[in-house]
Amino acid sequence: MSQAVKAPSERFKIGRVGWSLISLAALVLIWQVATLIADSRYLPGPAAVVHVMIREAETGALWSNIAATLIRVAISFVVAMFIGSAIGLALGRYQKADIFFDSWLIFFLNLPALVIIVLCYIWFGLTELAAITAVAVNKIPNVAVTMREGARSLSKDLNEMAFVYRFGKWKTLRHVTVPQLAPFFAAAARSGLALVWKIVLVVEAFGRSEGVGHQLNIAFQLFDVSMILAYALAFIIVVQIIEMAILQPLLARASKWRR
Amino acid sequence: MAALAHPLRVRVDSKVFPAVGERDATSVLKNISFDVEPGSFVVLTGPSGCGKSTLLNIIAGLDEDYQGSIDFGGNKSLRFAFVFQNPRLLPWRTVYENIALVLPKNDPRIANIPEVLERVGLTAAANAYPEMISLGMQRRAALARAFILEPEFLLMDEPFVSLDDPTAQDLRALLVELWSSRPTTVLFVTHDRAESVMLGTRILRLSAGSANIIEDVKVPLSVADRTDRDKVHAEQKRIFGDG
Repeated sequence: MSQAVKAPSERFKIGRVGWSLISLAALVLIWQVATLIADSRYLPGPAAVVHVMIREAETGALWSNIAATLIRVAISFVVAMFIGSAIGLALGRYQKADIFFDSWLIFFLNLPALVIIVLCYIWFGLTELAAITAVAVNKIPNVAVTMREGARSLSKDLNEMAFVYRFGKWKTLRHVTVPQLAPFFAAAARSGLALVWKIVLVVEAFGRSEGVGHQLNIAFQLFDVSMILAYALAFIIVVQIIEMAILQPLLARASKWRR
Repeated sequence: MAALAHPLRVRVDSKVFPAVGERDATSVLKNISFDVEPGSFVVLTGPSGCGKSTLLNIIAGLDEDYQGSIDFGGNKSLRFAFVFQNPRLLPWRTVYENIALVLPKNDPRIANIPEVLERVGLTAAANAYPEMISLGMQRRAALARAFILEPEFLLMDEPFVSLDDPTAQDLRALLVELWSSRPTTVLFVTHDRAESVMLGTRILRLSAGSANIIEDVKVPLSVADRTDRDKVHAEQKRIFGDG
C-alpha cells in the first residue's frame, strides 16, 4: 500500500540540490541568450569568462589575488567581530553607557563605507593597516547592534539558576551566557562575512596593489568585462565554499538542541 | 544527607517594590518572622501574588533589597538547592548535562546521576534536550538537579503548577518519597491547599496584601498518609476549614 502511494513522488523526486542545479543552469542559459542577443564585447558569454578564469588560474594570478583578499577578509572580520562584540555586550549590559553611546552608534552605522575608506587612507596612508581598519570600522557598528540585542535578551531566570546553584563566573559564562549569545553571534558573523568581503574589494580597488579588488580595478580601466566576471565568479565560489563548509556546519551544531 | 544543623531564622521586617513609572511603590512583605527547624518540610501558602515567591527569593539570596535578616546559623557553605516555578533547565544542554552541571568537576556525586535519573523516571531521556521532552519531564529533571546535590536546605517555588492533575500528583508522591528517604530541610511555596497539606509537616499561611503570617500549623500526617487522598482531604478540612 504505502509503496503504491509513494511511487509517483519518488519517481519524479529531484531534491534540493537538483533544483539548485537546474536553477543555476537556467541562469547560465539566460546569460548565454543575452550574450547572443547583445552581441557586444562588453557582455562576454559564459564560455569566454570560464576561459579567462582558467587562464588566470594557470598563471597563478587568480590564486594569489584571492589569497591576498581572503587574508584581509579574515583579519578584518576577526577584528570587527571581536571589537564589535565587546562594544555590543557592554552597551547591552550597562544602560547608562547605552544611552550615552547610542547616538555614536547611529552615526557610525550611517557613515558611508566610502567615507570611512577614503578617510582611513588619508589619515593612515595607503597601508595594509589603513585597509584593514577601514573594513573593520565599517563592520563594527553592525556587530555591536546585533550583540547588544543579544546581551539585552539574556535570561534573568537562567542567571538566577546559575547563581543559586553556585555555577561561578566561568561555568556561567560557558554554559549559560555564551549559548544564549551564540545565535546573535552567528547572525552577526553571517551578515558580517557578506559585508566584509564586499568592502574589502572596494578598499583594495582604492589603495592596494594586489587582491581581487585591485584586479577588478585594472579590468575596469581596460573595460575587460571577461576579467571582471571571471574574478567575481571565482570569488563567489570561494565565499560559498566557506559558507557551506565552515559557517553552516557550525550553525547546525550550535542549534541542534532546538525543537 | 545531613539536614540543617541549626534552625534557619527568617526575619523580614519589610520588603517594598520601588515605584516604576505610573505605579506607586508597593509593600509586599511586613513583619515576617519564623524559624525553620532542621529536617522539617515547611510550606508557605497564601493567595496568588501575596509575596510568597518574593520571600523565597530573599531567603535564596536572589533579592537583597529588603529590611531584615536571614540567618543560616553562621553556615556560609550551606548546600542548598532551588526548584523554580519554571524548570529553568539550560535548553542547550541535555538532561544529564543539566544535572551534572550543578556539581563541581570530578565530584563523587556524579556517579549517582544514573540512580537519581532512574528514581525520577528519566533514564531514557538522559540524552534528550529539555525542549524535546514534556513539561512534566522537565519538572522531573529539575527535581533530579536539586536532589543530586543532596542539599541540606531545599527551596521550592510552586514547582508543580500548570501540570495536569495526575502528573502533578505523581510528582508530589515522588517528592514525598525522595524527601522521606533522604531527609532534608524544605521550604516549599504553593497556593494549592491540598498540596500544602500533602507535603508539609508545617504550614505557614500568609495573608493577602502586605503579607504577614496569619497562621502557623503542624501537619501530623505520616509519610504513608500523605499519598492517601482521603486523609489529606480530612486534614485540609481541619486546617483550612474547606476542601
